[in-house]
Amino acid sequence: MTEQTHLELTKVTIDFPTDTGPFRALDDVNLKIGKGEFISLIGHSGCGKSTVLNIVAGLHQATEGGVILNGREVMEPGPERAVVFQNHSLLPWLSAYENIELGVKQVFRGTKSKREMREWIDHNLELVHMEHARDKRPDEISGGMKQRVGIARALAMQPEVLLMDEPFGALDALTRAHLQDSLMEIHAALGNTVIMITHDVDEAVLLSDRIVARPRERLALADDPQYNHYRSEVLKFLYERQKRPGESAADNAGAESKISTVEAPPTTDIPQEAMLRVVSS
Amino acid sequence: MSEAIQKDSAVNMRLLERLLGVLSKERLSNVGNALTKSLGIPLAAIGIFLMLWSVLAAQVETSLGVLPGPAKVWEQALSLVDEHKAERQKEVAFYERQEKRNAAKLVKNPDAKIKIRPYTGQATFFDQILTSLLTVATGFLIASLVAIPIGIVIGMSQTLYNAFNPIIQLFKPVSPLAWLPIVTMVVSAVYVSQDPFFAKSFLTSAITVTLCCLWPTIINTAVGVSSVDKDLINVSRVLRLPWLTKTLKIVLPSSIPMMFTGLRLSLSIGWMVLIAAEMLAQNPGLGKFVWDEFQNGSSNSLARIMVAVLAIGFIGFLLDRGMLMLQQKFSWDKSAVLR
Repeated sequence: MTEQTHLELTKVTIDFPTDTGPFRALDDVNLKIGKGEFISLIGHSGCGKSTVLNIVAGLHQATEGGVILNGREVMEPGPERAVVFQNHSLLPWLSAYENIELGVKQVFRGTKSKREMREWIDHNLELVHMEHARDKRPDEISGGMKQRVGIARALAMQPEVLLMDEPFGALDALTRAHLQDSLMEIHAALGNTVIMITHDVDEAVLLSDRIVARPRERLALADDPQYNHYRSEVLKFLYERQKRPGESAADNAGAESKISTVEAPPTTDIPQEAMLRVVSS
Repeated sequence: MSEAIQKDSAVNMRLLERLLGVLSKERLSNVGNALTKSLGIPLAAIGIFLMLWSVLAAQVETSLGVLPGPAKVWEQALSLVDEHKAERQKEVAFYERQEKRNAAKLVKNPDAKIKIRPYTGQATFFDQILTSLLTVATGFLIASLVAIPIGIVIGMSQTLYNAFNPIIQLFKPVSPLAWLPIVTMVVSAVYVSQDPFFAKSFLTSAITVTLCCLWPTIINTAVGVSSVDKDLINVSRVLRLPWLTKTLKIVLPSSIPMMFTGLRLSLSIGWMVLIAAEMLAQNPGLGKFVWDEFQNGSSNSLARIMVAVLAIGFIGFLLDRGMLMLQQKFSWDKSAVLR
């Protein structure tokens, strides 16, 4: 499937400045993606899935390492890496058509005539089955329809990579199933490279060629004997206190000092991602 | 005498019965409820206000007589209208006389130089209102033209915001009347012209209004611009929109509500400031009318001042409604409740 490396993340590390010093959201993430592949990123909230996506999009800059697309480093956002945002992010004062037009005008200025642009926008609206809501504003259509327009806006830029951040997260099950079908159709027809973030394992299995799971740190620690030892100590302490509420202060102090020594081992020691291959339907 | 009272009360009783009969009908109750809420309650409040006014005002004895109640004020309002009409008639008569005189001159000597002099009668209450409205509109317009671009620019750039912020915070709380002497001196020094298009007094008042209208618009525009949804900004980054497109398509539409909040605050401040400035500087306008009446000290003066007070309030209210209508026209979100 990976004929050649199309998009490559190498040792991507990012620190966010906080009041208590830098917070390392990602540490040494490596990923190779072939052209036309459909990748799903799954993992728990706060594990940095969105950060990976934002770095590929260019909205965030990696502190160390970097992203290479077609042999060129990603330095800033651009329409060749279109993003479908979680909450659609359509401009509420523009109609569905105008929302898509904003991107199309930017990408195809000078290469498409006005009529071609109009046809291209209408074509993309048809692709997501939204031609009937062409002139409706986002507050006049449902959540699923908004997300369809959001996808059409991204597709209309003819991106090499389509980045989707929980695109169906806020939708009901039925709408979600419809959109998943549409997405499969579109991916089969256009063959874009897709990176999708999702919470939903079923969705990931259904849509993608490959699933990248980012385990939460706590889960990754499950095999670590030192961590398990501390964890059982803490649990024992909590259990004891529950049983005898009037425990002596000395015992308390001892237990507390134990808690404060609980430390996660450096995360670089453990695999950041477990990959599994799923045959796409 | 007693017969007459009896007859009177009999009539009253019958009237009351009929009224109750109408009111107790069921079909009226629904309409009545809605009407009471939308019209009845405000009317009742106004009624109570007028009653309290007339009762309490009668208790206050000033050197210009008893403080006027609503009836007296209404009477003076009508007399102000009459004065305005009389003044207009005089003006028309003046121009007719002048025309006749000039025609006569031309008949005598076709080469005679004729002069058309403008009418220089006393400014009536309504003339003063017009002057004040024109002044506040000019001052407000200048302020908006300056403040909105500044607000947009400092809202988009943190550096510029940091640079402008201390200046804005320093000048924002300054009373307009502190500006007045400075503005007066600067206008008289700078605006020197043989045939001035604007009167100096007009410029002084307008610039004073401008100086006070600037700040709320700048601050609210800046806040509106800086609080544009982060996702929408990300959209513009992904699309690589140029600065102008980004401003016009994303930043401006989303900051319009805040911008209008600032404009409305500015306009109401400007209107208040203008009246004070006109009073202090003796510049033509409603403020001058109030001051003149106060100096005049006739038995009608207090009532006439009260007419002016009510007119100022009513015009202020209309100005605010006007801004609200403008906002509704410009805002993309027509369903938003504006108050």
